[in-house]
Amino acid sequence: MTIRGRVYVLGDNIDTDQIIPAEYLNLVPTIPEEYRKLGSYALAGLARTPDQPPFVPPGAMTGPFTIIVAGKNFGCGSSREHAPIALGAAGTKAVVAESFARIFFRNCVATGELYPCETPARLVDAFRTNEEAVLDLEANTLTNVATGAVHTLRPLGDAGPVIAAGGLFAYARQTGMISAAGTGAGASVSGGPQAGADD
Amino acid sequence: MSEMTMTEKILARAAGKRAVEPGDNVWVAADVLMTHDVCGPGTIGIFRREFGAQARVWDRDRVVLIPDHYIFTKDDKAHRNVDILREFAADQSLPHLYDVGTPRYKGVCHIALAEEGHNRPGEVLFGTDSHTCTAGAFNEFATGIGNTDAAFVMGTGKLLLKVPPTMRFVFDGEVPSYILAKDLILQIIGDIGVDGATYRAMEFAGDAVMRLSMEERMTLANMVIEAGGKNGIIAADETTRAYVGARTKKSFDEVTNDPGASFSFERRYDASRLEPVVARPHSPDNRALARELKDVRLTRAYIGSCTGGKLTDFVNAAQVLRGRHVAVDTFLVPSTTEVSTGLRTHTIDGRPLLDIFRDAGCQVSIEASCAACLGGPKDTFGRINGPEVCISTTNRNFPGRMGSKEGQVYLASPYTVAASAVTGRITDPRELLQ
Repeated sequence: MTIRGRVYVLGDNIDTDQIIPAEYLNLVPTIPEEYRKLGSYALAGLARTPDQPPFVPPGAMTGPFTIIVAGKNFGCGSSREHAPIALGAAGTKAVVAESFARIFFRNCVATGELYPCETPARLVDAFRTNEEAVLDLEANTLTNVATGAVHTLRPLGDAGPVIAAGGLFAYARQTGMISAAGTGAGASVSGGPQAGADD
Repeated sequence: MSEMTMTEKILARAAGKRAVEPGDNVWVAADVLMTHDVCGPGTIGIFRREFGAQARVWDRDRVVLIPDHYIFTKDDKAHRNVDILREFAADQSLPHLYDVGTPRYKGVCHIALAEEGHNRPGEVLFGTDSHTCTAGAFNEFATGIGNTDAAFVMGTGKLLLKVPPTMRFVFDGEVPSYILAKDLILQIIGDIGVDGATYRAMEFAGDAVMRLSMEERMTLANMVIEAGGKNGIIAADETTRAYVGARTKKSFDEVTNDPGASFSFERRYDASRLEPVVARPHSPDNRALARELKDVRLTRAYIGSCTGGKLTDFVNAAQVLRGRHVAVDTFLVPSTTEVSTGLRTHTIDGRPLLDIFRDAGCQVSIEASCAACLGGPKDTFGRINGPEVCISTTNRNFPGRMGSKEGQVYLASPYTVAASAVTGRITDPRELLQ
């Protein structure tokens, strides 16, 4: 599977308050209208710099950036699932970062909203915002279309199939870990040791 | 059989295994699942969507609902979100809803969990809040999770976890009278960085730690997440047993490190050499000594939150503020209703804390909640709405954390915040503490 689109470049320690400021946490992600609103506020907490366009244009519900390229510890801070959801709702498909904060990574996998891809090398200087990139999730590469440079990513490992299935629940059903939807609670868990969205 | 750390033992027990080691993926049974008004509605939405409208939670007695984030606001959606918790608790006959506007209302979930006896040694606590790690002070495994994972736990009682390696932080010797737990944890975060403990357990040990009160131990475990940690943990002792025993009749099973348990990292500190520290904007690891920052002029001080809004935090602040007057706007928010009551009933030299603070010119909320620690709706008490320079007992100082992106937040202990409020600049509390 490949993801092609425009890149938005960020630095280190982009925390969940920058991804989705707390004043918007009154929005409930499972309510469709509020899910879309969360997208419109994605990265609203970022300090604006003159050379960086807004992630989501004023008045728009989604942005033009498919792939975020960031530095270390992306998504640090709170456990708010609103953070990967806001980015996903804004149209982003993947975050490629040097490293991720644990809960953010886990929330990406559990929701299936975003592919959180780690890079062994720092790529924030290898891309500029608005450049086009191709993320190949089978070859584990990120290619800068303009320069032709191909960057190697760490494999997603156990997390890949979970995101591809659409998140934790879809994967758990696909693999028979829990029964189909609507069959009531107390669902028993019977999966193998690798069968889930762990960090 | 391999020798295990406390964290490994709890996870092995909860997974029904004789032993686990770091890196193992194991299905862990939850003892308690906590959620609040900000993440509860989304969790409930996923639970109903995935398990069906008629689904029941896996164990009514193990689900704890604590509205605490956006309570004292005019925001309609905030009230709607508390209504969703209320309706779910009624529908599922959940006994542990600490509802707004009732005598059961508590305030900040991490402190409420402790006060209401939901924190017990040896157990596994999941919460939809990153500061759920606070409960590690009680010798349990406690970690923050997202809505989807929480909905999974709600339906199945289980979650797949990777067993973390343990980093060990040992404080030997006597803690000086002007040093608080907040100084210890800011010292550690400054040393290892905001991603220094990512995917790892952080154990706090040593004579100096074991002499701390439960409230101070909670401050240590609370900020594990600010180093990226998965959980914090402290051995249980008489202090733990006395606190827990006074608040629950449920039995519990403490864990200790095996003598041969292995740690991925160990660092020892001589507690007697510690100095008051501050985390500068905009990161909890941007550490400096308080005495190095005396040229930093402040416009505001804030005392509150799960980190720095416990009764002991207010008692410590009052030691500095009594008989003095603040030079900058100083906002005080009790974490829970129990703390709020304590502000009226706890006295120093016969004078209630609330009177000491009001005499000093502080603005005291009697309404317990998370308040401005994370900014929140625009009408939140103490929220930073412009280019304020604030010193705070809270846990995070990322850009915009307490409201406006123009604000600057310095994190410090209740002593240092109180001393700085009096002088209007960042002040080492040794200047004012006798």
